[in-house]
Amino acid sequence: MPADLHVISPNPDSVRSARFEALVLPCLDAAYNLARWLARDNADAQDVVQEAMLRALRYFDSFHGSDARVWLLAIVRNTFYTLRTKTPPGSLHESLDEDAHTLVDGGPSPETLTLLAVDVGTLQLALERLPSPLREVIVLRELEECSYKEIAAITEQKIGTVMSRLARARERLKAELAHHPKEVRRHDV
Amino acid sequence: MTCDDARLLVHAYLDNELDAAQSATMIKHLRDCTACAASYDVYGRLRKALAQPGLYRRAPDALRERWSPAQPAASAAPASPRRRRAPLAYAMAAGFAGALLLTSPAWIAGLRQDGGGGNPVVAEAISSHIRSLQAQHLMDVVSTDQHTVKPWFEGKLDFSPRVKDLTGEGFPLIGGRLDAIAGRSVAALIYKRHLHVINLYQWPADASATASSEEQRHGYTVIRWATEGMHYVAVSDVSAGDLKQFVLAFQNDAGTPTARSPP
Ligand SMILES: [Zn+2]
Repeated sequence: MPADLHVISPNPDSVRSARFEALVLPCLDAAYNLARWLARDNADAQDVVQEAMLRALRYFDSFHGSDARVWLLAIVRNTFYTLRTKTPPGSLHESLDEDAHTLVDGGPSPETLTLLAVDVGTLQLALERLPSPLREVIVLRELEECSYKEIAAITEQKIGTVMSRLARARERLKAELAHHPKEVRRHDV
Repeated sequence: MTCDDARLLVHAYLDNELDAAQSATMIKHLRDCTACAASYDVYGRLRKALAQPGLYRRAPDALRERWSPAQPAASAAPASPRRRRAPLAYAMAAGFAGALLLTSPAWIAGLRQDGGGGNPVVAEAISSHIRSLQAQHLMDVVSTDQHTVKPWFEGKLDFSPRVKDLTGEGFPLIGGRLDAIAGRSVAALIYKRHLHVINLYQWPADASATASSEEQRHGYTVIRWATEGMHYVAVSDVSAGDLKQFVLAFQNDAGTPTARSPP
């Protein structure tokens, strides 16, 4: 039978451990926030973060950058798409392009003025309705306050792509909020 | 600057991502163009709306406690002196398999309860499977041809793995990899089932070993068996039924003849 692998070294690498605690653990909220908005479900989001943290621990030696949050968020994102297995991250391009025609938009209509009065619940639904490539850039920019460069690193895209996706995401959000401010509609990506 | 340009750049301007020259051009356009100025105003308000703290999802306590450095493992594991240490320190010392054992009590506890020396292998196989799904880790040799994959292992292992292409049964072989399980080098064959990946690990066993088991952990199914002097562990996130079908297909396929060790 295979050797017993329960044996645990009594001499843990406390330096490495302390570094992980100091750099990665403070990003747990950020990790969960991204996972929750991607998964749109509490239990799934916890699974994603748990898995991502284990991966982060496993690959911590390969972290040489200065920004642990960006590094961890990239792992969270990859973990989400891996666990979901249904749709790889790149495969939504077509639907994104199809959406392009809805983005023709000339200035504010009277409806867009209701934006000011939008409540959190309505905003949340509108955000959840966005396709995940658009949802993730909004979450990273508006909720995590990442720069374009950071978003590009996390999502493995060019900065130009980040900029155009963010523009598209906001236009979609605005249209959703303006035209269906109270509609409760969910569809899965 | 045209309104078309402004439509895109107004976002970069709002995000403070334009350089000084671009910003100046943008400011001028917003001064001269009421339509774009109104748009700028609306998106500014949208940004403000999205900044409401109510939209931010903080980590739930259960997750936070699990990753809290100061606390002992939140599991029902026996309180041996070793286990009382911070889980993180253990995870660091024990590597990934140890991390799974110590920080995921909810689903790893079951592995321990089953008893028997094979359990760490299951946890290790799952961690190896997860690791293999990371972009550059899946395959050392990429080939759908068993006659390419099998020789690739020669000289890299002290045994000759059985390599079978199961395309006919709906499980195409896509490559192979060297990996480590149970403290030794093993052969990993990679198969696909639609979009899912199946890892099949194998290494020599005592001729008498016949143990077989099936376990489900955290969305992964692990099937182990031993036959004709070889341990096999199949891991995947396909359904348990599909993985069973894969195992049966592998066991029944004549494939390349068994070779316990190189001649
Ligand atoms: Zn204009």
